[in-house]
Amino acid sequence: MATITIELNGASHAVGQGKTLHDLIASLDLLGKRVAVAINREVVASPGWQERVLHPADRVEVVVAIGGG
Amino acid sequence: MNLNDTPTDGLDADTAGAASAGLTIAGKTYASRLLVGTGKYRDFDETRAAVDASGTAIVTVTIRRVNIGQHASEPSLLDAVPPSQFTILPNTGGCYTARDAVYTLQLARELLDGHPLCKLEVLGDEKTLFPNMPETLKAAEALVKDGFDVMVYCSDDPIQARILEDIGCVAVMPLASLIGSGMGILNPWNLSLIIEQARVPVIVDAGVGTASDAAIAMELGCDGVLMNTAIAGAREPIRMARAMRLAVEAGREAFLAGRIPRRFAASPSSPMAGRIV
Repeated sequence: MATITIELNGASHAVGQGKTLHDLIASLDLLGKRVAVAINREVVASPGWQERVLHPADRVEVVVAIGGG
Repeated sequence: MNLNDTPTDGLDADTAGAASAGLTIAGKTYASRLLVGTGKYRDFDETRAAVDASGTAIVTVTIRRVNIGQHASEPSLLDAVPPSQFTILPNTGGCYTARDAVYTLQLARELLDGHPLCKLEVLGDEKTLFPNMPETLKAAEALVKDGFDVMVYCSDDPIQARILEDIGCVAVMPLASLIGSGMGILNPWNLSLIIEQARVPVIVDAGVGTASDAAIAMELGCDGVLMNTAIAGAREPIRMARAMRLAVEAGREAFLAGRIPRRFAASPSSPMAGRIV
């Protein structure tokens, strides 16, 4: 399968062509986890993950809450 | 103002009772006036134990990238301190521009199922972690416009605090001294000016080192205190969390009770009449 390269949390990451954001999050074992996602600095709410097809050079951020003041 | 050692007037018993009852931010009342951070603890068990000992209702968290490849089974902070039990206050720790701060809080809102309460901090430099006020103002405007309830870390400058309030921030949170420094309340006079004019809660948000610092902040008339390092960095964090809870309560009660004026003269506590000598 052809792959494309996206940027995931600042590092290069290969995904299959035509894969969606939902597919990516699933491949990371993060479905159902409390994470938030943005692509190219736009927040993508989880109901939209299925429809959002990843494009080459998309900058994807997946974040969690950690300890802080 | 209490700094002038005159008891605060205008607080009748009922008002005082209500004020003592809790801290109201953006229309919601919280039982505790102590807000605590979740950074710098040994593990999540210690975090949770300290949070419980502090009696807090509001805990701050920060937003960071997921560690790719190391996840799933990893314990998560929000399992230890769940949003079902606490109000989670996401911060923008580490942001140096308005743009990054706004983006971070948009992600936080998504992460927390749309809840709008947030702590804005836009830092100026790594040495002082002082707020960059021009960027803070810019971010506050954008966030308020976007529907956030913004609690804002700011300098202890009454003019900046007033501008933030006019923008629509729901709480102003001046530093008492540098973040994590433990230097305590360095400028009570400025804090008093801010408290005197404020129509939203004033919460001291940095610099507390020990319980007396928290009590002093509350005696000045602050509505609350936010701290992290003072608890997490103590030799016994859980015991210090309890000390801070007591200090905030004691300081609040003393503020409401109205302290006696300072005067450089003695005044006997026992009556002079009827002495046997």
